This record gives sequence, structure tokens and C-alpha cells, in this order.
Amino acid sequence: MSGNMNLTIKVWRQKNIQSRGVFETVKLSDISPDMSFLEMLDVMNEQLMRENKEAFAFDHDCREGICGMCSLVINGLPHGPDNLITVCQLHMRKFKDGDTIVVEPWRAAAFPVIRDCAVDRSAFDRIIQAGGFVSISTGNAPPANTVLVPKADSERAFDAAACIGCGACVASCKNASAMLFVAAKVSHLSYLPQGKPEKQKRVLSMVEQMDKEGFGNCTNLYECEASCPKGISVEFIAKMNREYLCSSALYAERVYSTEG
Amino acid sequence: MKLESNIPGGPIAEKWTRHKFELKLVNPANKRKFTVIVVGTGLAGASAAASLGELGYNVKAFCIQDSPRRAHSIAAQGGTNAAHNYPNDGDSVYRLFYDTVKGGDFRAREANVHRLAECSNLIIDHCVGQGVPFGREYGGLLDNRSFGGAQVSRTFYARGQTGQQLLLGAYQSMMRQVAKGTVKMFPRREMLDLVLVDGKARGIVVRNLISGELECHEADAVCLATGGYGNVFYLSTNAKGSNVSAIWRAHKKGALFANPCYTQIHPTCIPVTGDHQSKLTLMSESLRNDGRVWVPRNADDPRKPSDIPEAERYYFLEEKYPSFGNLVPRDVASRNAKMVCDEGLGVGGSKRAVFLDFADAIKRLGENGVSARYGNLFQMYEKITDENPYKTPMRIYPASHYTMGGLWVDYNLMSTIPGCFVLGEANFSDHGANRLGASALMQGLADGYFVIPYTIGGYFASSKLDKVNSSQAEFVDAAKSSKAQIDRLLSINGKKTVTEFHRELGHVMWDNVGMGRNKTGLEKAISEVPALRDEFWKNVKVPGDNASFNQNLESAMRLADLLEFGELLARDALYREESCGGHFREEHQTPEGEAMRDDEKFCHVAAWEWKGDNKKHDLSKEDLKFEYAHLMTRSYK
Ligand SMILES: Cc1cc2nc3c(=O)[nH]c(=O)nc-3n(C[C@H](O)[C@H](O)[C@H](O)COP(=O)(O)OP(=O)(O)OC[C@H]3O[C@@H](n4cnc5c(N)ncnc54)[C@H](O)[C@@H]3O)c2cc1C
Ligand code: SF4
Ligand code: FES
Repeated sequence: MSGNMNLTIKVWRQKNIQSRGVFETVKLSDISPDMSFLEMLDVMNEQLMRENKEAFAFDHDCREGICGMCSLVINGLPHGPDNLITVCQLHMRKFKDGDTIVVEPWRAAAFPVIRDCAVDRSAFDRIIQAGGFVSISTGNAPPANTVLVPKADSERAFDAAACIGCGACVASCKNASAMLFVAAKVSHLSYLPQGKPEKQKRVLSMVEQMDKEGFGNCTNLYECEASCPKGISVEFIAKMNREYLCSSALYAERVYSTEG
Repeated sequence: MKLESNIPGGPIAEKWTRHKFELKLVNPANKRKFTVIVVGTGLAGASAAASLGELGYNVKAFCIQDSPRRAHSIAAQGGTNAAHNYPNDGDSVYRLFYDTVKGGDFRAREANVHRLAECSNLIIDHCVGQGVPFGREYGGLLDNRSFGGAQVSRTFYARGQTGQQLLLGAYQSMMRQVAKGTVKMFPRREMLDLVLVDGKARGIVVRNLISGELECHEADAVCLATGGYGNVFYLSTNAKGSNVSAIWRAHKKGALFANPCYTQIHPTCIPVTGDHQSKLTLMSESLRNDGRVWVPRNADDPRKPSDIPEAERYYFLEEKYPSFGNLVPRDVASRNAKMVCDEGLGVGGSKRAVFLDFADAIKRLGENGVSARYGNLFQMYEKITDENPYKTPMRIYPASHYTMGGLWVDYNLMSTIPGCFVLGEANFSDHGANRLGASALMQGLADGYFVIPYTIGGYFASSKLDKVNSSQAEFVDAAKSSKAQIDRLLSINGKKTVTEFHRELGHVMWDNVGMGRNKTGLEKAISEVPALRDEFWKNVKVPGDNASFNQNLESAMRLADLLEFGELLARDALYREESCGGHFREEHQTPEGEAMRDDEKFCHVAAWEWKGDNKKHDLSKEDLKFEYAHLMTRSYK
């Protein structure tokens, strides 16, 4: 099916982390409004390859808004102009015939570019590794219904657990802060009884790792919340800040320093 | 080849307990001397890596995404089954076992399925312990829903994101082991080959997807948890990167491939809108609890759906299956949607869609009531189609979703290659010819958390494993042949892109080896797929080089394997002269169009052995015995 939109796409091209990036301009015609944004990029890639050029690199996998892999800044907005969706869920009907669309990678020192718009987000994995878990080994668990979890707590934990680890919050923040991502995981686990015993150690270790990775500070600009495809609320940042303060005061010297 | 399933003796409910006792143990202090490679970090792989690390094994885990948390398992929506019987509605381990065997149309291995049902409750306990936020009641207890045609409520769910929440639990447990140093994680790595030394699986060759470097990794055992091959149809609900490569390469090294023709087509997906379509989106099966499926009785009815009077609507599932109605199993629902569309009654621009209508549910529950149940799904549908499902019925059509076939494994989950274990969707064992809803997550986690930690120990304790080194000939040769394949792909410089070839393969497979299969179509596929494969190797265009992040090269390599595999899938479908579960041979149906099994001739697993390029596979059979769930015709009337 052919469409009826003609577009000018400016994409970020960068061979690898060492090289400098530039914008490349590609003209596309016959784009259908029913295409997803990534399908439009597929069409662009097919066209580039027919012209013997290398395809434009961008991360994606599930194409339904859940794996957190897709990561494009479109006209300055992480995940593009629509709200509460990832870029793979964005459709071309949100654009007009004749538009120029600028496509860039997540930009943050802690997310180095691998190629074009694919970046390295392994810093997030290392933050989880620092404490974003419950220390329970397979076989340890009591029968599921022995621990009651008030529905409200479980729902709030869920609101935080909905984070897909995409990193749009970092990309949208002037300081490239990862607070929303970290706060989401800290809150998810600390709302639940299963996560409470390690709550203090967790928040301290995760925040420490976040700082080590080179993410910036939070100065309460809340761009993160606006760009988050899963609607993770900045209230979790406030909650984490409280937990952090309490934990450093009460816990740091007592346990954390000896336990490591 | 003689297939030894190694099913333990004794009554079905005691087999697993007995087997666990009989398996030899590895001394705790010795565990760290064994290295296990786990390929894949979906539910099966991440849970295996975490549990093996916790036991003290030295684990190396690999995945193709940038983070292990992004495996395709993340996309599962509906839920995961367990036999806790919390709702007091008559569930039990035995009933879950029985339903799964029957749902699989009596083509699964009874002993494995019973073990799966036994593990199901442990999974829920463990995941709750990890902090998985399952849906709860106001009293703080876990909630259940009924799912996919089950007559008991046994599905545990986490809003519409069960897969994500379970995967995060497994991923977090695995990352805890990474911090402890028992698991080493290798993301953005793609397995290209399995390395055998003295006939045993001793390592893998992977491509570093960022630098293009080929790396060899040695180990004492290799676990493949690389998911399903639904992308052989090009369009599917699977993630774009899902592939058959890892298991196919193991297959070419000697692992038998079982029942490749058992593929599942999910009835409720958003229909194709055009050639640009790159994947299909599933709308959760739970929608069939309240939505009614219909088409207009008159072809090409020009009226708005809401203007078509009741009498002129054909609620085909409700009419044909009065007791299950819209809740018939997936294969039945899918096939019936295809039938009405084949009769010309389909709706929408392509005429390949049926309505899923919530008007009655809205009358009964109000818009708010419907929104409380399905709000996020409705929103997703609207984002994709630009239509409001509160006002106009959804349009749905079946799509490739899950693959029951996979590498043949014995009761220990070991393939026909000693030391090569296969977990999750990548193996064949538990779902027979059709998987019931909410049972894939359960299976992946059972394999990873509760089965492999025992059976791999049994293997280590009873095998002699000499030291191997990745600089020895077997590794070097495997890396060389992978490199040669890459160089060949890059040098063809033809005219057609990888996507063009993949789409063509998809058309051939979907049209001839999809929901309805017959001899003529299958023979057509068997001649067209190899022809396409030849053309691919002459005319594909893969720009760029190996020494960089080259996604097109990645796809080309995956497609090269699918082009070999597709032929085997069609051959298996041609061989299986019966209809069972997701495999529907049009020659074998009742006058009412229902599937007809042939238990005399086909009550067995068909396991295929690779014999070399362009040579015919050899067939081995594992006879299936049904001592507890007795063979009967599935009926949902
Ligand atoms: C949209 C959707 C919804 C679903 N909903 C449900 C549901 O509600 N309930 C249910 O029970 N089931 C559901 N399923 C099925 C279920 O999600 C899958 O069967 C299951 O998650 C598969 O898990 P897995 O661990 O076997 O493999 P996957 O999760 O597919 O993981 C595969 C892993 O292998 C890696 N890998 C693949 N190839 C290679 C390679 N060559 N080299 C290195 N690594 C590789 C990948 O990186 C990934 O980490 C759903 C499936 C889909 C598509
Ligand atoms: S908080 Fe939101 S934006 Fe940040 S990683 Fe999670 S889902 Fe993405
Ligand atoms: S590709 Fe998975 S969230 Fe976009």
C-alpha cells in the first residue's frame, strides 16, 4: 500500500563512539499514515540500501512498547510527540505531509553512542546489579499467600515496576539524571514487604552506582516524567530522596560500611 | 536414531520426586569448578542463570539485546498458570496436568507435563518472594483470573504485563548473581555455533554485535534458552530479533529437531494494514472473556457494524461451539476466523479480519466497567488503528504467535547432544500440538528455576569431562566456518534486501504452511523455499562490513537459517498426515470441519536429524504413551 506523505528526515549518523556524528538528510515519499514510525525508518533503510548506502542503525525489538529497546529523540522529544508511548508505538498519522523530522540518539555521557542512534545503556544494568533485587535464592520462598500485601501497596509498587528501563528520562533531562529510573526500582521494591529488609542498603548502593556511572543530579525540572512512556511519577523521586536521607543517617555507619 | 526419553519409573505423581532423589549430586565445593553457558536471558534463560549461579556454578549468560531484561518474554501480557487452587474451584496439580495434555491434543509427553504442573506452585511462591507485583484482592491475597478457555481460575497476572514483571524478577535475581561474581553477563552477543568436543557440547562461538569479533567460550555444558521460531512467517507477534539460529546451528551439529510443524496461530491480533507491516500486535486473549466474535452474514455488507441487525450477524464461535463459545482454544478460534474469511465474510479493507465486539459488555458493565478490565488494551488498539473500540468493534485476525516444536529433549531437558540442554520455548516437550494460554511463562520458569538446577547436576556428576580450551581445533574450526559464512554474505552484493527475502519467505510459509495445510500447498512450499534460499545466496544485498555494528548482517544471518528451517517445517507438516492442535491438515477433518487426529499412525514425536546441506533429514520417532490422560477427541462443542 502506498501512502500520501512526503517527508524530509534528518538522521544522526555516527560510525562508532570514536567518530564524530553528523546529520544526514533523506527524502521519503509515499509514506502511509498507518505506518509506525519505525516502519517509516524501515522504508528509509530499504531506500538507503538500494542506493548502496549502509542502513541507519537504531535499537528496537518488541515494537509494542514493552521491551524498552527503542530509543529515539524525535524533533527534540524522547519517544516523539505523542504522550505515554514509546517510539515504536508512534504512528505517522501524528505527522503531516511535507514535515521535516529530526531523529537523534539518547544523548548522555553515561549512554555512549554505539552507532547512529543505538546507544549503550549497560549503566542501567549495573545500577540494578548494585542492589535492585530482593536477596532470595530459588527454593527459599514461603508459600505465596503467607505474606499479605495490602492491595494499595501492591498497586503502588506496580506503578513503579512498570518502568521499562528505556532511558528516556535520562535523555530528556538537561542534567542527564537517572533519578526517575532509579527511584522507580527503589520504590517498587520498598513498597512490598518482600523488599523491606534490604530497603536501606538498596537505596544507598543504587544511588552510589548511579553517581559512579556519570549520571547528573536531579534539579527538579520534571522533564523525565513528561517523556516517560509508562507514566512513572516524579513522586517516586521524592520517596527515594526520603529513603536515602533516612538510610544514610541511620544505616550507613552501622551496617553498610562493615558489610560492603 | 534411538531416542531415550529417560522418563523415570513409578506412578506419574512420584516420578519427579523419585528422579530428583536418584540423580547424582555435585558436591557444593565442586560446583564452582563447572562452567555452564546459558544462551538467552528470557524467562527460561534468566531463571536458569540465576538459579545455577545461586548453587555456585560458574555461569556465562548471553543475549542479543543490549540488556538481558529485554528478552522477548517481556512482551507476555496475560498471565501464568499455577495449580494453587486459591479460588477453591476444583483445581489441582492433576487437573492442570490433565488440561495441558488435553489442550496439547495428546501430543505432549505426560511425565514432563506432570512435572510442569508440580512446579507451577513453586514458581508463584518464588516470584512473589522476588517482589513480582501480582494482582491482589483487597485482603492482600493473590487474585486469579480464568484464561484461554480454562474452566478454573488458575491464572496469576500482573496487570497486562505479566511477562515483564516475571522477567524483571528473574533478571534481578540474575543481576544479583552477577554482582556476586557467579554469573558473567555478555549482552549484544549472538550465538553462531555450538562446539562439540568428543561428542559433547563444550562451548559456543558468538559474534560480538558491536565489534563484529567472533569469540569462543568454553564450558562444561551449554543451555539453549533462545525462544521460538515464529518469525519464519515474517509477520508474527514475536519480537523482531526472535530467531531460530541458535537451535538450528545446534541442530546442524547433531541435535534432533522435534515437531517443527506445531506452530500456534493466535486468534486475537490486530490485522495487517499494508506491505510496510513489520510485525503484528497481539491483543490479549482475555478480551474474549467479554468480547463477542462475529462477521456480517452477507459478504461486503456496506453498513456500519452497529447498524447491522442481530439477525444478520454471524456469531460463528457461539453458534458452532455453544458450550465454550468465544472461549474455545486458540487453534479452534483461529481456524474458524480463517474459514469465515475464506468464505468471503471477512471485514475491513483487506477482508482478512473479523469483529470482536464489546457492545454487549458495555451494556452490561458500562464503559467504566469495561475500561477497568481492558482499559490499557483498548488504548493500545486505538493508538495503532486510530479507531475507538468503545464505539466500534475491534477488528482482529490470527497471527503466528508461539511455536510448540523445538529441539528434542529427554526428561532431563538434554538434547541428543550430551551436555546441550534446551529450555523454554526452544524445546519441544510440554505443549504437544497446541499450547494453552498462560502456560509458556510457567514452562520457561519451571525449566529454569526448578528443573535444570537438578538435572544438570546429574549430568556433571555422572559424566567424565576433560578440560577444554577455546584455542583448540574444534573451537578454531567452528569460528572459521562462521567467519566464512559472514564473508560470503557480505560479498554477494546482490539486488534484494534481507527484508524483501524475509517477506517472501513469510508469504510462502503463511499461505501454504499456516493455519490450513494440504498436500499441494506443502509441496509447493517444499519447492519454493529452497528456490528462495538459492536466490538469497546469489542475490542478497548486505551493505557494510563485519567489523562494526551491522544490524543488516545480523538479520541476514538469521534469515539464512530460517530459509533452511522453513523447508523442514513444511516437510514435517507434510509428513504428519493428521490434524492435531495447531497443525491442521485439510485432508484430515470431520464433515463439520473439526480436526481429526490419527492416533494409530501418529501418536509419536517426529524428531528430525540433519544429514548435511541439501540432503534429506532422517526421521526418528518417540512413541507417546497416555497412561493417565486417556486419548480422546477434544471437543469444545
Ligand atoms: C505478545 C506475546 C504475548 C504472550 N503472552 C503470554 C502469556 O500471557 N502467557 C504465557 O504463558 N505466554 C505468553 N507468551 C509466550 C511467552 O511469552 C514465550 O513463549 C516465552 O516468554 C518464551 O520465553 P523463553 O525464555 O523461552 O525465550 P525468549 O523470552 O524469547 O528469550 C530468548 C532469549 O534468547 C536470546 N537469543 C535468541 N537467539 C539468540 C542467539 N542466536 N544468540 C544469543 N542469544 C539469543 C534472546 O536475546 C533472548 O534473551 C506470549 C508471547 C507473545 C509473543
Ligand atoms: S522511568 Fe520511564 S523513561 Fe525512565 S527508564 Fe523507566 S520507563 Fe523509561
Ligand atoms: S521496540 Fe520494544 S519498546 Fe519499542
